Amino acid sequence: MKLDAKIPAGSLEHKWDNFKKKAKLVNPANRKKLDVIVVGTGLAGSSIAASLGEMGYNVKSFCFQDSPRRAHSVAAQGGVNAAKNYKNDGDSVYRMFVDTLKGGDFRAREANVYRMAECSLNLIDQAVAQGVPFGREYGGYLNNRSFGGVQVSRTFYARGQTGQQLLLGAYQALMRQVGKGAVQLFARHEMLDLVVIDGKARGIIVRNLDNGEIERHAAHAVVLATGGYGKIYYLSTLAMGCNGSAIWRAHKKGALMASPSWIQIHPTSLPQSGDYQSKLTLMSESLRNDGRIWVPTKADETREANTIPEDERDYYLERRYPAFGNLAPRDISSRAAKERIDAGFGIGPLKNAVYLDFAKAIKEQGHDKIKEKYGNLFDMYRKITGVDAYKEPMMISPSAHFSMGGLWVDYELMTTLPGLFALGEANFADHGANRLGANSLLQASVDGYFIAPYTIANYLSGDIHTGKISTDHPEFARAHEAVEGSLQQLIGINGSKTVDYYHKTLGKILYDYCGLARHAAGLELAIQEIRKLREDFYKNVKVPGNLSSMNSELEKAGRVADYLEIGELMCFDALTRNESCGAHFREEYQTEDGEALRNDSEYQFISAWEWPGMQGEPILHKEELTFEVLQPIVRSYK
Amino acid sequence: MKLNLKVWRQKDRNSQGQLVDYTLDHLNPHMSFLEMMDTLNETLILNGEEPVEFDHDCREGICGQCGMMINGIAHGPLENTTTCQLHLRSFQDNETIFIEPFRSAAFPVKRDLRVDRSAFDRIISSGGFVSTNTGQAPDAHSLPISHQLTEEAFDAAACIGCGACVATCKNGSAALFTSAKINHLVLLPQGKEERQERVINMVQQMDAEAFGHCSNTEACEVECPQGISVLNIARMNYEYNRALITRK
Ligand SMILES: Cc1cc2nc3c(=O)[nH]c(=O)nc-3n(C[C@H](O)[C@H](O)[C@H](O)COP(=O)(O)OP(=O)(O)OC[C@H]3O[C@@H](n4cnc5c(N)ncnc54)[C@H](O)[C@@H]3O)c2cc1C
Ligand code: SF4
Ligand code: FES
Repeated sequence: MKLDAKIPAGSLEHKWDNFKKKAKLVNPANRKKLDVIVVGTGLAGSSIAASLGEMGYNVKSFCFQDSPRRAHSVAAQGGVNAAKNYKNDGDSVYRMFVDTLKGGDFRAREANVYRMAECSLNLIDQAVAQGVPFGREYGGYLNNRSFGGVQVSRTFYARGQTGQQLLLGAYQALMRQVGKGAVQLFARHEMLDLVVIDGKARGIIVRNLDNGEIERHAAHAVVLATGGYGKIYYLSTLAMGCNGSAIWRAHKKGALMASPSWIQIHPTSLPQSGDYQSKLTLMSESLRNDGRIWVPTKADETREANTIPEDERDYYLERRYPAFGNLAPRDISSRAAKERIDAGFGIGPLKNAVYLDFAKAIKEQGHDKIKEKYGNLFDMYRKITGVDAYKEPMMISPSAHFSMGGLWVDYELMTTLPGLFALGEANFADHGANRLGANSLLQASVDGYFIAPYTIANYLSGDIHTGKISTDHPEFARAHEAVEGSLQQLIGINGSKTVDYYHKTLGKILYDYCGLARHAAGLELAIQEIRKLREDFYKNVKVPGNLSSMNSELEKAGRVADYLEIGELMCFDALTRNESCGAHFREEYQTEDGEALRNDSEYQFISAWEWPGMQGEPILHKEELTFEVLQPIVRSYK
Repeated sequence: MKLNLKVWRQKDRNSQGQLVDYTLDHLNPHMSFLEMMDTLNETLILNGEEPVEFDHDCREGICGQCGMMINGIAHGPLENTTTCQLHLRSFQDNETIFIEPFRSAAFPVKRDLRVDRSAFDRIISSGGFVSTNTGQAPDAHSLPISHQLTEEAFDAAACIGCGACVATCKNGSAALFTSAKINHLVLLPQGKEERQERVINMVQQMDAEAFGHCSNTEACEVECPQGISVLNIARMNYEYNRALITRK
């Protein structure tokens, strides 16, 4: 399959304008004849549904939570990037483009990255117009902070609840359209299959999670804005319901899946404390602006943190990366933590953590200043751990957090299936092999507010004369039956192990072999283990209840069934990439001092995988990356 | 530690519910309350019983999806804390805990501990927004807003839409939730333009749902995980009366 990214002509700065100039439009009178399904109500989904509703299309919006406002975008704490240069510290669209491309280890498309930086300017304006209460200085102007991996302050924030406030802005815009009848809302509905008619995405099959009913919905285009699949590791910073099912089922209907193994492991989450643990709470990366990360210089240290003298502390990030210190990018910080923990210097009861220490910052800036900056994070830390971080250092450890991988999309955010678009974390675009902090709220928002409204209209202009798509089409019936069949199968197994058992076991395999560090033998082993686990799942899983009523175990079972397939593809992806780049660190490919060793001559491409059917191995397609403006350099944060 | 649970079980909206006793032993005090519920469900499933349905998602206190009455208190004993952020260390060994859904006429029980809070979404869609279309907006710095005003607006905007205020209120009033959104928007210059229609529409929608009237018991503020102040309600009443008088 030839992958055409459809990058517009012209110089980097003009590509997006050139696209917009030529994009086909749909006349307002015709928009009423066109239906669009949007799955997901996070920043990406709410913003595109609201935008399309405003434009006059008929929109249906779906989410599995009981309200669109609860999509996991709500949990983002730290902030959102924009190259406004309000701080006059030399920032610009170009610099943001450079930082993002470099942060992603030159495994993203130049044109996409540049467009994201360009649209970042509008996003802040848009959010302020909606009433998002971003942090402000005393003069009344917007304030910024700096985030990992960059040397300017371009991060806008709303206390430690930036995602919540941005999402509420988008949710309110969406609810305004719901009130006007332009968007129909289907909360507590989970997409279980994509319907493809004559090679085009034409609808979805969903289950009403409150009463178990299976429904068919047809449209001229389908947008998946279903978020990330990092929850595949079980322990992660994601919400319990986050899943890969929507994109995976689309993948099985023909959409290619790009670089699925690129998962960001965040350096500052709370460590696991026991087997019962269901999630790892993120402590915002913004804490690294003032917190210093260290471990004792002595392995198996038993003294309390505050009693360990300065010269027996190893501030390993400051030591290894003097230019960036505690603000080194996430992949590097997480790996450095893992290196220390594996070497026996980890702290805490399970020896699985490192310290994040505010003593110096509190001494220099005062308790009140630190409280003002991070008060809610310190409160959250105390609620979860019972420890006062103003007095003792926090304990943090790496945790699965963000999926750079996702459905392959072209410049227009369309997948390889015509009419199927993927937005936000659900697609692979823009972040390359490692995402910079505060860039993904941005990406999800610009995809939905500024990019997809043009590109979807461009696509829909070809459907003006198509007429309504009927849910009576045999493809709908076929997909409907298949969904019912697979749910029935899950309930019918009636084995002896719970769904969570399989999810936790899969998560452990992936953390061990396809996590922060990977190697060929481990990945091969993991593939075998996952296959065995999957076989066992279909023999021994126990899903109680029935199909035709509320049944959260059944929901979980469907998601885990998909994870058991996605996990295998992640391992294949990691195995075929014989280099280290960004979050993908292959132990065989590292420099003498343990830094990632990229291989541009052979691996300067995006892997795009095709589903081979239940038998056979996934088929690899490559989108070669070319760099016209910025030549790949070795990432150095030293 | 050991806990004796009395959990509300109800098959669906129209069935009668009842409290059912369960005992769990060997619990770790560092477990979160919802992880304890996971443990209970694991046991039930393996015993061939149906697990308890309860609402949750982020498990970090921000999505507003979780919520139970724990010993009669919305979100349990800790102040400004959601159910998901509660840990077993807040309970005594061998304690008996009553676990019930957020009850209110406007929040019908769907099953076990899950309730229907869609009335909140309808209140927002009646006016809880700034009517600005997406795509174009003036430069953010063309509109300076004082630090203090932003912070005040933020205090109201922080509401997570959990419904604890309604569940706690003896009248089942949604005044705290509704007023928080009204004040978030009316405090900011962006939201001033529509202040009249907004407050009238949102209050009318609130009344059209099955919520009760606020009689200023102030119980809601105490249970609100985000510490939303009851002053918002006073201000909403002021806005409402003002709008009725000045409406053209
Ligand atoms: C704890 C945490 C903190 C973060 N902090 C930051 C930060 O400070 N800055 C930053 O830039 N980024 C941050 N991120 C990343 C960022 O929040 C996400 O990448 C982004 O919000 C994703 O938005 P989205 O719209 O793509 O998806 P989401 O917000 O995850 O929304 C997904 C939507 O899809 C729906 N859905 C999923 N599957 C289905 C299905 N099968 N059927 C129906 N509906 C479905 C869900 O109901 C939901 O509405 C953070 C992430 C986490 C987890
Ligand atoms: S006002 Fe408080 S208690 Fe009520 S919904 Fe909002 S956060 Fe929950
Ligand atoms: S689960 Fe999200 S607030 Fe409790």
